[in-house]
Amino acid sequence: MSTPAAVRVWESHFTLYRTIWRSNVLGAVLQPFLYLLGMGLGVGALVNSNDSSEQLLDGLTYFQFLAPGLMATTAMMISAQESLWPVMGGFKWQRTFHAQAASPLSPGEITGGLALWQTTRSVISVTGVAAVLALFAATRTPGLLLAIPFGGLTGVAFAAPITAWSATRRSETSFPTILRFGIIPLFLFGGAFYPISQLPDWLEPIARVTPLWHGVELCRGAVHGRLGLVEAVGHCAVLTTFAIGGWIWSRREFGRRLSA
Amino acid sequence: MPSGSSDALITANGLVKRFGDFVAVDGIDVEVRRGESFGFLGPNGAGKSSTMRMIGCVSPVTDGHLSIFGLDPARDGKQIRARMGVVPQLDQLDEQLTVQDNMVIYGRYFDIPRDECRRRTAELLEFVQLSDRAESRIEPLSGGMKRRVTIARSLINEPELLLLDEPTTGLDPQARHVLWDRLYRLKQQGVTLVLTTHYMDEAEQLCDRLVVMDGGRIVAQGSPRELITTHSTREVLELRYPAGTNDERSGDVLGIGDRSEVLPDRVLIYADNGEAALAEVHARGSYPESALVRRSSLEDVFLRLTGRTLVD
Repeated sequence: MSTPAAVRVWESHFTLYRTIWRSNVLGAVLQPFLYLLGMGLGVGALVNSNDSSEQLLDGLTYFQFLAPGLMATTAMMISAQESLWPVMGGFKWQRTFHAQAASPLSPGEITGGLALWQTTRSVISVTGVAAVLALFAATRTPGLLLAIPFGGLTGVAFAAPITAWSATRRSETSFPTILRFGIIPLFLFGGAFYPISQLPDWLEPIARVTPLWHGVELCRGAVHGRLGLVEAVGHCAVLTTFAIGGWIWSRREFGRRLSA
Repeated sequence: MPSGSSDALITANGLVKRFGDFVAVDGIDVEVRRGESFGFLGPNGAGKSSTMRMIGCVSPVTDGHLSIFGLDPARDGKQIRARMGVVPQLDQLDEQLTVQDNMVIYGRYFDIPRDECRRRTAELLEFVQLSDRAESRIEPLSGGMKRRVTIARSLINEPELLLLDEPTTGLDPQARHVLWDRLYRLKQQGVTLVLTTHYMDEAEQLCDRLVVMDGGRIVAQGSPRELITTHSTREVLELRYPAGTNDERSGDVLGIGDRSEVLPDRVLIYADNGEAALAEVHARGSYPESALVRRSSLEDVFLRLTGRTLVD
């Protein structure tokens, strides 16, 4: 009985992850936990004492406002890193993609398996954050479960195009720059820490077209049961477009690089 | 030229590979028969690896005809790759994983069931004499051991054809001999071997037939013995004069043997009888620091054909 090629490729990524998951999971849970305590409780005390906050945060405490957004930001962070160095390694260091290309697998199947793995990886990271949120009564809601696939999708919306871009690079020297000037600004300005209506007028529309803002809105809306159907479909459509567009681009770049 | 006889496993006619303006492979004709061991010999940049990547059905043919198992790489790449094993120039092992995991993962790419992968892994590790390392991670293994894991891994789909791109480059002499021995056994089991090398001794050890490539073209072909008899003499006399004086001393030996070559570090005299040639050198009153008579090798063939030595 044959197994779909993408699943067999996924198995290899999973096998590797099994050897490193402990250190990995600890970081993925610990980091949002620290943000939650530091920002949620510390800054939260300051924010909540401000009279206009109630209206600005739509009746949520700052802790409630911030916490679900961390599901989306964590997915973004982990997925971005997973699609930079590991992708370069697959071409240049461990050369896993070349090994796969020498087998009957096609570049499409190789990218399919990678995308499947990146989705898994994103969901794992979001689930870690969800577990942390479940510890607090303020965020322990049934909607938390719904926020997991939303957060997962956010990660994939980053992983797919970044993977394609990494596949076009010959060297990893620009990778830290991507994180510093691409991912970190999104983390700060993507609506996780405050409503984007607080941004300068010229910055707000930019924030709206990035995947992160849509992911943050989905997770927050889901956790607090405030997500309208039309709104949810809209956000998901944007994220799916990034994911599928990135995946199509990846297939092309992998095909190009593996068949040189 | 190749006629495509019935037992031909690989047939190439006028095969070309271009990268932009650069011509890596410039119209070669090759036929590899089932069960033989065939070599592409040449220096770096001769077009060996590009040829191998086309045969491996990962790199598309730019021009000319190529068929493997009677199939077309452009159309049937998947089926062809399913029936062959590839030992790449650089190991592509996951260093963090165990030897066994590397093997099983690779077998899964061929859609071999997990249990069967494990069974074959045990067998193949025994074949490459690494059974006791099945649970070891790759990272601490020596270069020779990693190479053996790569070879074992390339056999997981029980291939009819094994492609080896510079299988022993970078290995110490002992590790090379272990590998040669294993490859010889594979050939005895009926696996067709196609390899590239820039080592003359490797080509002599492993290849039934070979082509010598230079600048993307085939400059000679035949069995190692045929090539040596056609393009060299039976023996070679190597003379070493004090450093830097080879050129002036080469006049001393002019006309001795069939011909001579002056290299930076030694003077080579090609003669069917090396001892007699040496006696003549001495008779002319020329006494080199050292003199050595050896059998002619593919190195000499290459030097004759291209005017260059094969150094890495």
